[in-house]
Amino acid sequence: MSWNPVCPVVRLPVDRAVCVLVRGEQVALVRTLEDRLYAVDNQDPLTGAMVLSRGIVGSRGDRDVLVSPLHKQAYLLDSGECLDLPDAWLRVHDVRVVAGAVEVRLAAESERVPA
Amino acid sequence: MRKTLVVVGHGMVGHKVVEIAVARGLTDEWDVVVHAQEGLPAYDRVALTTWFGGADLALPPVAHPAVDLRLGEPVVSVDTGQRLVTSASGLVTPYDALVLATGSVPFVPPVPGAAGTGRFVYRTIEDLEAIRAYAATSRRGVVIGGGLLGLEAAQALQSLGLDTTVVEFAPRLMPVQVDDGGGEALRRLVEGLGVTVRTSAATQEILDVPGGLRLTFADGEPIDTDLVVFSAGIRPADALARTAGIAVGDRGGVVVDRGCVTSDPHVFAVGECASALGRTWGLVAPGYAMAEVVVDRLLGGAGTFDGADLSTKLKCLGIDVASFGDAFAETEGALELVWADPVGGVYKKLVVSDDAQRLLGGILVGDASAYASLRPLVGSGLTVNPADLIAPASSGVQMELPDEAQVCSCNAVTKGQISEAARHEPDVAAVKECTKAGTACGSCLNLVKSLVAKEREAQGLAVSNALCEHFDHSRREMFEVVRVRGIRSWSQLLSEHGRGKGCDVCKPTAASILASLGNGYILDGEQGALQDTNDHMLANLQKDGSYSVVPRMPGGEVTPDQLLVIAQVAKDFGLYTKITGGQRIDLFGARVEQLPQIWQRLVDAGMESGHAYGKSLRTVKSCVGSTWCRYGVQDSTSLAVALELRYRGLRAPHKIKLAVSGCARECAEARSKDVGVIATEKGWNLYVGGNGGFTPRHADLLLQDLTTDELVRYVDRFLMLYVFTGERLQRTAPWVEQTGLEHIRSVVVDDSLGLCADLDAAMEQHVASYSDEWADTLADPQRMSRFVHFVNAPEVPDPSIRRVPERGQFRPLLPLEVVR
Repeated sequence: MSWNPVCPVVRLPVDRAVCVLVRGEQVALVRTLEDRLYAVDNQDPLTGAMVLSRGIVGSRGDRDVLVSPLHKQAYLLDSGECLDLPDAWLRVHDVRVVAGAVEVRLAAESERVPA
Repeated sequence: MRKTLVVVGHGMVGHKVVEIAVARGLTDEWDVVVHAQEGLPAYDRVALTTWFGGADLALPPVAHPAVDLRLGEPVVSVDTGQRLVTSASGLVTPYDALVLATGSVPFVPPVPGAAGTGRFVYRTIEDLEAIRAYAATSRRGVVIGGGLLGLEAAQALQSLGLDTTVVEFAPRLMPVQVDDGGGEALRRLVEGLGVTVRTSAATQEILDVPGGLRLTFADGEPIDTDLVVFSAGIRPADALARTAGIAVGDRGGVVVDRGCVTSDPHVFAVGECASALGRTWGLVAPGYAMAEVVVDRLLGGAGTFDGADLSTKLKCLGIDVASFGDAFAETEGALELVWADPVGGVYKKLVVSDDAQRLLGGILVGDASAYASLRPLVGSGLTVNPADLIAPASSGVQMELPDEAQVCSCNAVTKGQISEAARHEPDVAAVKECTKAGTACGSCLNLVKSLVAKEREAQGLAVSNALCEHFDHSRREMFEVVRVRGIRSWSQLLSEHGRGKGCDVCKPTAASILASLGNGYILDGEQGALQDTNDHMLANLQKDGSYSVVPRMPGGEVTPDQLLVIAQVAKDFGLYTKITGGQRIDLFGARVEQLPQIWQRLVDAGMESGHAYGKSLRTVKSCVGSTWCRYGVQDSTSLAVALELRYRGLRAPHKIKLAVSGCARECAEARSKDVGVIATEKGWNLYVGGNGGFTPRHADLLLQDLTTDELVRYVDRFLMLYVFTGERLQRTAPWVEQTGLEHIRSVVVDDSLGLCADLDAAMEQHVASYSDEWADTLADPQRMSRFVHFVNAPEVPDPSIRRVPERGQFRPLLPLEVVR
């Protein structure tokens, strides 16, 4: 898979998530207080709704998490693992900044949670 | 060499076997092959009826490389000699162990004409789809069977708009769960909902007649209908075992021992298809217990199924029904105590031992609120007069539970275990984690909380009410810190008083406190990042990712011109429109990028945010009052409008609802509100702490015969005291109980804490600084920028939001639905 430029990094609010469209897929981008970027699936694995980017960003212990706005499960942003449910996870996509532009490289389809 | 477990059936219990197999590591050495008859993965059959309301019944899937789920592949034969199963499509699978989890099939009484067009059963989503399709061109429906499932089916037919009749063979409804008295109360309640009930009715024949079907009975008039749903019980689906030569009980069901092993040592049976301890078990909890036993056995354990508590509490057609212990007083010498309110449709019965010293069981119809506290008492000594337990004001009676009383029946946790855990665990969450109490259905949680608090108090230990891992403060303490230290920002609060980066609990709490203390527009600067999505988008998130929109209608008043604008907006954006319980209109299904366009038109027509998305004032409901009503003694509508305009936008620990009634007939239902005002000949009576919802509570009378000015002053202080001292997500009802009505009266009337000046000043500041959040948002392009779905493709709407028409409007396309 290749890198896809999505938007200028200044378009990302701090300590919050937004959704971007990458090759037809919905990706939630998170920019933390320390300017760290994460990219995970925007789809809530539990309900199928495209809402993860509307969740609250925070921490559990020393790991960054994104919390589903529907039923409040927390997902680790570095691994995609759900801390509140077994067998639920988000795919983690690669993300980087090149000359002020955010670029995303999609994870393989095979890593997706079976519906 | 890996072994193979084949599970036949992917209902709730078959799914549970797989879940436990993965959770307990059986899949380290075993492959699990599941053969499902239906084309859908396991779903919540207990909640089947909610499918009509659009509920997503799918159970959380088990995704594991060792699990192979084969949908629509029923097993048609088992060769126990070779240990092979064959599926309908001819797939042959060898097994080392086989679990039969085939469930049950609906029983259709053998009456002439039981098969044919317009006859249905009620068991699978496919059945429900067929009923819904047929009902679309029908007017009348009959349910044969007045048990639990029959009443559920009746509810479904009614919701599909059919004139519904329930026909029951026994002399009362729900004959298995309740006695004659309970059945009578139930009948009145069901009839009150518009369902016709016919008991002691033996269906003789179902005839096809011009224009529909005709049911004839041994006694009485025939009934004409368009469709019939059979819900006359279930029979174990044991045909596969019979043909495989596995032993089956006299009354059906695959015979198993306590280890859930059938007559073949390599074959287990679980759930509704099994006959354990000489009977079949038609509830899900015993099935889950059997699933646990099977996996334990496969892991080399010695788990046994020793029967299960058949106590049930359920809501059927919105009516509470509970039955527990020896509900029918079958114990020798048992005494029955009955309390019945035929008018209110409440029937409560307790069964006690002949010396009235021990509780044996009971039945509750119409009001089952006492169930959670009564069920654990079964079999133990009574320390209070049993009559007090079911008398109307029973909530005030304190019951002392013995240590062996089971508090959490899902996970079999006793009071003693909870108390023991509370001695070394700091809070309710830790006690839950360590004992598993309250982690399944959650109905015992309130009891667990009070037991933990009581035990910690008795030990002289503090109960931690820290909000989360980032703050040691409760909401109330956080409010004090922010107010007294004059903190104006999240980063200051977190760095000076918290740790880490915050979370979905402390961030919205801090945002709400900052808003209560008048920090202006809630989404500017870093405050925006703290908000839950509802406050963040100034709209209410729905399950499919769209939002609902609610304009304010003070006192429930709306002008014809405003109605025209709302109607046009709803038509233009394809919004589903519904009247709320708070006398206003909810518009569902708006996509994020549509919210500003919708609100521009509403604001242009003079409307403003209704704050349905906030933990804040919702509505002030009112009757029309003395202006129009022949009985009204005060102008309730004008007062309601004034109160709503005064408190709109006030952020609080939880939502706040008010109501004003213009006379003692109380048409505005003010006593079910956080603040209720009822007109008297001399002025206004003020009630506080009422609630509908999960735990209904009538509001308490705080003050009587107030002038309008006095009333506003005391409502100001009451609400602000709640904002100052309520805990996170604590409604006023539990807050009033915790704080004490007398204490509240002394603070807001006699100023016993010297706090009134602060409360008054805080409310003055709120009223003076109110500004409509939506008008403010629309006026500022920076604030508008958040209303897109894709930041890199703002013109593209979220393609996952899809609609289908229903009853002249639109609803979401459900995940399991196929577009036709």
